[in-house]
Amino acid sequence: MGDMTLEQVTDNYYDVLKEIGNIGAGNAMTALSQMLQCKVDMQVPQVRLLEFSAVGDMMGGEEQIMVGVFLGVEGDITGSMMFMVEEESARHLIQKITMGMMPAGSEFEEMGLSAMKEVGNIITGAYLNSLSTLTNLKIFPTPPALTVDMAGAILSVPAIQFGIYGDKILLIQSKFYDEIELDGYFILIPDLESYAKILTALGLPVI
Amino acid sequence: MSEIIKVGMADLKTCVSPNGVTTLGLGSCVGIAIRDPATKIGGLAHVMLPDSTAIRNGYLNTAKFADTGIVELVKQMEKMGAKRSRMVAKIAGGATMFSFQGDSSTMGQVGQRNVEATKAKLRELNIPILAEDTGANYGRTVIFYPETGAFHIRSVGKAESII
Repeated sequence: MGDMTLEQVTDNYYDVLKEIGNIGAGNAMTALSQMLQCKVDMQVPQVRLLEFSAVGDMMGGEEQIMVGVFLGVEGDITGSMMFMVEEESARHLIQKITMGMMPAGSEFEEMGLSAMKEVGNIITGAYLNSLSTLTNLKIFPTPPALTVDMAGAILSVPAIQFGIYGDKILLIQSKFYDEIELDGYFILIPDLESYAKILTALGLPVI
Repeated sequence: MSEIIKVGMADLKTCVSPNGVTTLGLGSCVGIAIRDPATKIGGLAHVMLPDSTAIRNGYLNTAKFADTGIVELVKQMEKMGAKRSRMVAKIAGGATMFSFQGDSSTMGQVGQRNVEATKAKLRELNIPILAEDTGANYGRTVIFYPETGAFHIRSVGKAESII
């Protein structure tokens, strides 16, 4: 497996990863909809393989303040996963979850952040569940950690993981709506060995 | 008119005063600013990983690693007329963006390892570190002016500092 690069993985299996992204994000939105007790619509997620420098630009610049929820993935595959939303979107979500106890314009406080962590937990959990169902692999998330910071700084964490293998990052962008449009980003970061396991589990040949 | 040249992730750029160099949103990565005070030639590298020798793939983006990135930056500055014996450095970044209870994995410590590798390489090249703002758990945007050596650091919810 030492010779397999992320480029090869994605050149050959881009469609598969896209499909996983699609189903995973779909399930995540269903979970979010149940949590918020309202309808959440979403666009077809965009799966992109981006140069490091392009990722920040896509999210509105490296200095765009975002909320990032990061967790480890254990079980048959190992790696990590991140869910990111833009600051305003996070405020909106927090307001809905806390039923207006946290006004949309207010600073992030302990309770809001803890609510946001729970959102991240549920969304990423739903995402990983669908990956687990599709592949029949056991996949467990570890408890999440959360931070509010510049997009570039948050992204450095998955980028460094991808950086061990190449110069690009695989990102799933899903736009969703309730009353307003929210931009959410999923980044699944399997360890390189786990790519092969996922592909094998899906009945696809490994390079 | 002076210009501020942008350095991306896993990237490095040089400049001459009155121009400056900047990199936005450093997290666990490290920003290494080097300057030759006599020629006012400066440069900034945004490195992601400590050690290029641990990487198996053939292609090497030198700017991605602390060891090769610093050497490349120094080389480019020397080509422009800077002298290594005069060079001085300032560094920032290497944060731990997410902390997990009881985490001692390589991932949790990559920021710290980046800082250590950066210091080791600068020491090897005999380039003194005049100032640093590293570690902690938040991101940093940095701007470096080779004219004065001022290294401006901005973080979310904090006043700008100059080291």
